[in-house]
Amino acid sequence: MENKDLVIIGGGSAGMAAAIGAYNEGIRDILILEKGEFLGGILNQCIHNGFGLTEFKEELTGPEFASRFIEQVKEKGIEFKLHSFVTDISKDKVITYTSKEEGVVMVQAKAIVMAAGCYERNAGAIGIPGDRPAGVLTAGQAQLFLNEYGYMTGKKVFILGSGDIGLIMARRLTLEGAKVLGVAEICAWSNGLNRNMVQCLEDYGIPLYLSHTVSKVIGKGRLEKIVLSKVDDKMQPIPGTEKEFEVDTLILSIGLLPNNDLLNHIGIPTSRSRGSLVNDKLETCVPGIFSCGNVLHVHDLVDNVVEEAREAGKNAAIYLKGEEKKAASEIEVIAGDGIGYVVPGKISLDENLQSMTFKFRVRKPSKNVYIQYEQNGNVIKKVLKTAIIPSEMEIQKLPREKLVDEKSPITIKMVAKEM
Amino acid sequence: MQDVIIIGAGAVGSFIARSLSAYKLRTLVIEKETDVGDVTSMANSAIAHSGYDPVPGTNKAKFNVLGNKMMPEVCKDLDVEFEMNGTLTLALYEEQLPTLKELAERAKLNGVEAHILSAKEVLEREPNIIKDVKGALFCPTGGIVNPFTLTSHAMENALDNGVELHLMEKVLDVKDLGDHFVVKTDKAEYEAKVVVNAAGLASDKFAKMMDDISWHITPRKGQYYVLNHFDKDLPGKKFVNSVVFPLPSEKGKGILVSRTTSGNYIVGPSSEPVDDISDVSCDSMTLANVKAQATAMVPGIPFGEQIRVYAGNRSTPSNHDFIIEPSKNHPHFINVAGIESPGLVSSPAIGEYVANELVAPILKPEKNPNFKKTIKPYIRPLTLSLEERNALIKKNPDYGEMVCNCERVSLGEIEDALNRSLPCMTIKALKKRTRAGFGKCQGGFCQPNVIRLLSKHYGVTPMEILYDKADSEIVLSEATKGAK
Repeated sequence: MENKDLVIIGGGSAGMAAAIGAYNEGIRDILILEKGEFLGGILNQCIHNGFGLTEFKEELTGPEFASRFIEQVKEKGIEFKLHSFVTDISKDKVITYTSKEEGVVMVQAKAIVMAAGCYERNAGAIGIPGDRPAGVLTAGQAQLFLNEYGYMTGKKVFILGSGDIGLIMARRLTLEGAKVLGVAEICAWSNGLNRNMVQCLEDYGIPLYLSHTVSKVIGKGRLEKIVLSKVDDKMQPIPGTEKEFEVDTLILSIGLLPNNDLLNHIGIPTSRSRGSLVNDKLETCVPGIFSCGNVLHVHDLVDNVVEEAREAGKNAAIYLKGEEKKAASEIEVIAGDGIGYVVPGKISLDENLQSMTFKFRVRKPSKNVYIQYEQNGNVIKKVLKTAIIPSEMEIQKLPREKLVDEKSPITIKMVAKEM
Repeated sequence: MQDVIIIGAGAVGSFIARSLSAYKLRTLVIEKETDVGDVTSMANSAIAHSGYDPVPGTNKAKFNVLGNKMMPEVCKDLDVEFEMNGTLTLALYEEQLPTLKELAERAKLNGVEAHILSAKEVLEREPNIIKDVKGALFCPTGGIVNPFTLTSHAMENALDNGVELHLMEKVLDVKDLGDHFVVKTDKAEYEAKVVVNAAGLASDKFAKMMDDISWHITPRKGQYYVLNHFDKDLPGKKFVNSVVFPLPSEKGKGILVSRTTSGNYIVGPSSEPVDDISDVSCDSMTLANVKAQATAMVPGIPFGEQIRVYAGNRSTPSNHDFIIEPSKNHPHFINVAGIESPGLVSSPAIGEYVANELVAPILKPEKNPNFKKTIKPYIRPLTLSLEERNALIKKNPDYGEMVCNCERVSLGEIEDALNRSLPCMTIKALKKRTRAGFGKCQGGFCQPNVIRLLSKHYGVTPMEILYDKADSEIVLSEATKGAK
């Protein structure tokens, strides 16, 4: 069996950034395993711009952003293998992968960074009522067909869900000559980035139906029409509000889910983000197995992904060098009222730790609220937000000296500001 | 002149074709869909019932028990995933306990092994079943089977043995001209000495062309949830090993909770009559009811792992039993109709009976000296040892390239499925043969590649590749700009 210091699962933005993070800390024996034909992962099909504003201080397309990281990986001589599909990871860090050239290969790693990205919630997962014809597909799938294979999946399109890829595809398909009749969002608010609402819908006169959902899909072979309904406050369709649209395509942009089967399979607990539960080092309960990027929790911006992944790579390097400090205690982080999930789920209180960074999303858009940090019933920090929305991940810091003790869990919650 | 024409290539039609292929006969199967097993045979509970439940003396009892006994060998010969993991029929209330005894008696009359388990024994077997269960009937010979390959491999075997299959051809009319039949389709006219009506939901339509029949078929819809494969021993992921049913009722066997041979989990079916045989739509109210009933047996089913909902229509006959007999006025026209549950497990036995007891006495054929009851085994790399997989990939590197990430289907497996005697022309057909696209992303990642492979194999453009039914193309045109 081959041995490697660090094996990284996935050669997208997170995997490459993690490799660079570890390299910068002096680790050289690194292997990136990528299932696809190229490094870059999903960025390769994201040909629109808007990537890199934080990372490179300029606006790049997905492939451009990816290529800058690919160059760094190549410059540094970091080893990567393409068409290499990981079928198994064991708790003792043996990775099994398969490829045309090498057959089935097992590698013993000293540390692993999981960076396998995410996949799209689809029609099956939400069980859209009605028929199951061709022409109901996810936004990323439509994007893949169009941008990588060069095929249009429809001419008259409706979009369910206001996720960013759906909005981007509304514009992209319109530019390709399709008619996009509307975007429905079951929530009373949009789930896309504000810039995409403006640049992809408003600029093209595409209507957005908030508090609406597709209550029926009709079509035997190909999609023929959809029924749009307004929903009540329990998100159930309201009878009598039905409106039919004759369309050949329904594009779903209803969320992304971490593609975390490999770690789930060995019993690593998950958090509410549906990624693995990690501590502030992005390390799972198995020492030396780290997770980052969209397989840990779904990000809005690739700039945030690479930052997090570099950190995971750096922490893996620290682990490999035996420089991980022994934590005096480990405390739990709880997503309380109004908070969807929070990463990390645990904090290792070692001697190096000076402040903690939390990434989380609120459950619904809110105005004039406090993000409140509590420990053992004590409010230890309060952050006033005049406006906060689920589609924008919140990143906040908490200095260590704010802790009232080093055992009790930290609960993060959203509370209304008393007027 | 054909010796036999079979209308319909579901599980029943395919097994009849296979059994007939053991004789020297010219057999033609005509199927309106783009693939075999594309209607009722693909949207059911995927159970190999033991046969404890049908009323003793009925065709259902006879063929179910026979079919269940044939299953291990048939599935071995045809390389079909099958597992005898037993079925548990639960009594959830004290007052249901006497019914368990009645069912145990019925099982005995049908010659099926069955044991009544106490609540404690049930929970020892299945700790995730509701704690206040009162008892259960355990039938060790019940199990689960892959309904897709059971049908397609039976047909593949029939084709290997000389049967002819026409897909996408619809039978419009059948006329008895005395010494032979004329079967008219939307494409051609054929002559045949014997016609077998295995047309499933449409079988009463064809039976009526011959006689003034006393029975009819009511399509009865069943809606299901499919959950992803997950490790049921992990915290928060509760499921069962055996197939779990409530007590059967007038409406059928009730909502079951089951593993599948692919390691997924299914919950369903509902049971509601429909007017249109092609109506397989799902609705939220019915599915919510399915969920509630399943949760009453197995609380904590992780519905967050849902990857699909589906529905199929059962061919429920008005006389409540399988109809397997020659037409009254036209004895060379054989009706095989009303094959609702337990039809899947019965199909191999029905095939044997129709070929040997109904068709052979009419045509008195010789045995087919070249008949082979097995198909070429399908290679599934993930079931092999490391050494075997490496040897395989060395010989054919395509087995090392993954096409479907979720279900881990290699290019080699796809090529194998495309190069068999049985055509595999649609995305759905390929999905049923190999599982590519059946996983949690539902084809989100692999479908473009699958379309490319199908179009390459059949020498057509991607715009001509169907998902399943007519007009179910996925890509409609080439992009005008911006793409490579």
